[in-house]
Amino acid sequence: MLTKQVKQLLLAIVGQENYDDSKVECLVHSYDATPGFQALPDAVIKPGSTAEVAAIVKVCNEYNVPIVPRGSGTNLSGGTCPTEGGIVLLFNRMNSLLEIDEENLTTTVQPGLITLDLISAVEEKGLFYPPDPSSMKISTIGGNINENSGGLRGLKYGVTRDYVIGLEVVLPNGDIIRTGGKLAKDVAGYDLTKLFVGSEGTLGIVTEATLKLIPMPETTKTMLALYQDLDAAAQSVAKIISNKIIPVTLEFLDRPTLIVVEDFAKIGLPTNVEAVLLIEQDGPPEVVERDMKRMADICLEEKAVSVEIAETESDAVALKTARRTALSALARLKPTTILEDATVPRSEIAKMVRAINEIADKHNVDICTFGHAGDGNLHPTCITDARDHEEMERVELAFADIFAAAIDLGGTITGEHGVGAMKAPYLEWKLKKEGIDAMRAIKQAFDPNNIMNPGKVFAKETRKRVVVSS
Amino acid sequence: MTTVQERETIAIQFAEKMNEDELLNCMRCGFCLPHCPTYIESGLKESHSPRGRIALMKAVADGVIEPDRDVERSLSLCLGCRACEPVCPSGVKYGHLLEEARDIIHQNKKHSFPVKTIRKAVFSGLFPHQERMQTMTSLLGFYQKSGLQYMARKTGVLNMLPDNLAAMEKVLPKVPKKAEMKNRPTELPAIGTPLKKVAFFSGCLMDTMFLETNKATLKLLQLAGCEILIPKSQACCGALHGHSGEKAGAKQLAKRNIEAFETEEVDYIITNAGGCGAFLIDYDHLLQDEPEWHDRAISFKNKLKDISQILVDLRFQEKVRLKLPAQTVTFQDSCHLRNVMNTSSAPRILLQSIEGIDFREMKDADRCCGSAGIYNIVESEMSMNILDSKMEHTKSTQADIVVTANPGCLLQMQLGIERENLGECTKAVHIADLLIKAVAL
Repeated sequence: MLTKQVKQLLLAIVGQENYDDSKVECLVHSYDATPGFQALPDAVIKPGSTAEVAAIVKVCNEYNVPIVPRGSGTNLSGGTCPTEGGIVLLFNRMNSLLEIDEENLTTTVQPGLITLDLISAVEEKGLFYPPDPSSMKISTIGGNINENSGGLRGLKYGVTRDYVIGLEVVLPNGDIIRTGGKLAKDVAGYDLTKLFVGSEGTLGIVTEATLKLIPMPETTKTMLALYQDLDAAAQSVAKIISNKIIPVTLEFLDRPTLIVVEDFAKIGLPTNVEAVLLIEQDGPPEVVERDMKRMADICLEEKAVSVEIAETESDAVALKTARRTALSALARLKPTTILEDATVPRSEIAKMVRAINEIADKHNVDICTFGHAGDGNLHPTCITDARDHEEMERVELAFADIFAAAIDLGGTITGEHGVGAMKAPYLEWKLKKEGIDAMRAIKQAFDPNNIMNPGKVFAKETRKRVVVSS
Repeated sequence: MTTVQERETIAIQFAEKMNEDELLNCMRCGFCLPHCPTYIESGLKESHSPRGRIALMKAVADGVIEPDRDVERSLSLCLGCRACEPVCPSGVKYGHLLEEARDIIHQNKKHSFPVKTIRKAVFSGLFPHQERMQTMTSLLGFYQKSGLQYMARKTGVLNMLPDNLAAMEKVLPKVPKKAEMKNRPTELPAIGTPLKKVAFFSGCLMDTMFLETNKATLKLLQLAGCEILIPKSQACCGALHGHSGEKAGAKQLAKRNIEAFETEEVDYIITNAGGCGAFLIDYDHLLQDEPEWHDRAISFKNKLKDISQILVDLRFQEKVRLKLPAQTVTFQDSCHLRNVMNTSSAPRILLQSIEGIDFREMKDADRCCGSAGIYNIVESEMSMNILDSKMEHTKSTQADIVVTANPGCLLQMQLGIERENLGECTKAVHIADLLIKAVAL
């Protein structure tokens, strides 16, 4: 509960119409897309400017009120769930595309801008913003920056971090700083820009961002390679990359995922094969043609049963759009879908796929797998029912094993969804105590009162690691 | 407003009656958000989105929050357009959840005396009785023809009505004579070789106020090679009841219709109103708790088809030459036809087959126009905001004709045209009326 005094101070900053502490408004900001996390904030606030954000932060810092910045609530690690109450900050009023600079190939935006609206706007000018998280139709740039979101085009083009070159940030003490700029080079001090990207709202509030753009690729081609053997599909991924081809997209979908996605999208996806790879390349037509041919040959050598190239642009778009629905479509099978995004070096992808299947068998849980195979970033998704407590315990154990297996293969517990509240108990497995201490020191320096998204990234208690694989 | 006791009862019934599996099926990905008209028009308010509304229903069922005024507000501001359903990868049946929630609220809430009187008159006294619908429509006809309408408009009496009601008065179609509404055929032969035998669902409003559209529909069916039966004992589909929290009334009507249509051996049951069709096709859900009716409801729904779909299936547009003077035409989807009956390409195929027509797709044609049954009267502010956005897109097509496939959409689009003062150059028509004009007989 906010005290009367705090409420009055906040109301004076944003006005009655942008402050809401009704039960309904608090309830609908008590969750994000992560199953199992729900907690009510004390109020929901919509600032209209950086100055208002700074004023709000000062009040919260003085009175120790937690702040959770929220885009569209598509987070998959419980990162935007206000687990310790406080205020949820919305950016609906700070959602403008401020500028597209065609001379410097940059764009400057406010955090509330929807990702797809940005992508469409720059594409109209023949420019390209590659990061395309599956939720891009809904997610905001502010959310993408805080989570360092990836997407289907990450293999060739990288993730959000690779495109953020300047930020305006309100620090927890209310100071407003600007980092980076429209610069191709800038080594003036520490790279705070990159520090804030992926900081999950724990260090400050992004109020403006300058993003790098690149020229739009000339052509794009998309194909599906079909497999009756999961291993063969995973081997193809490693072989494509070791043959020095970097496609835009190299996605993996297993059969259960294919079935539910087809059930929803009805675009004629094969449902009688064990796995498919969705492959895309872009660039000058002759290069695309050559790479597609070579990748098709590699897939066939690796025992793909067939390779199908999308005939039209709209077929290609339909395939990618369908892939983006995979997680939500899996909810058709059972009410609760818990997904992870453990990531391994690309060369280890086949081992990881095998490990996931063994772990699923061991704990007797249903795991469907899809994901950005080319990035070594898989999304093993457990379909379960939160009401079945016994099964939920087994799911928890299975995921602990998956994290451990990924780390043993030289990987990490999260490739793109963030640590949030969900993976915080496992972070030490990856970073060791010293790594966590270094990060805590940074957090302490920026946010000594721990008002920024408390309870995220750093766990109160680390989960005990049981040695499972030899 | 509800009392404390009413809220308690509502909360208990949410816990008992709301489908828990369906509520859990929403995994909160938010894929519905960009498709929800009230989310967009409210400035992206989560409480006015499908994801937010499902979270609220679940929170009431779980006892996390009370069904207070704001919860009720969130649920009543929903258009029920169901645009969230076809885009939901998890396949959540949002419309069913909404209907159940509204039913629980309305059945446990003491309405004020005037509201109660009106609800009773409309839901029990008027719509279930076709002869009363005819009388009501005739009264409107008397108003239009007797000079009363002229007087009312002239004297400014209408200015005393709220803005959109006054404008709505203007857009009502010229109604048919009572005798004509009474003497409807019960069967019609196919013109040419009979291909299919169909039964026609007349609809309460369609067979009174929109009688001309029904006549056009029947003629098109005959021309397409359909023998037509029009069961006399059929009734209003019950959509208005179902969407307003009067489920019991809706069930009675559903049973009457199932009985009326199952006596005849037909290939299809045809509707020409997206709103009715979508409610009819959900009869199996409405009657899911009544085993003796459920199977009958399924065989009823399996025969349902919209007029545009059967015309395309029978390749009407290839067999009959369709031609009109040069003009620009655009199409506004009926939400329920598109989102529930899954029919969106058939009307476009038909319109594009008419020679002389320049068909231009409007932006967001699949987004609700804000009509939504009686929504444009009870939630007029939101409805008019949605309509204003819709008219922007309509205007940029420069269409002479806006084609629709449902009477509510038709009136709403005509209302939009009036509000924009475009009445001179643009009008809204039902697809059957345009097609019959295009048939070169």
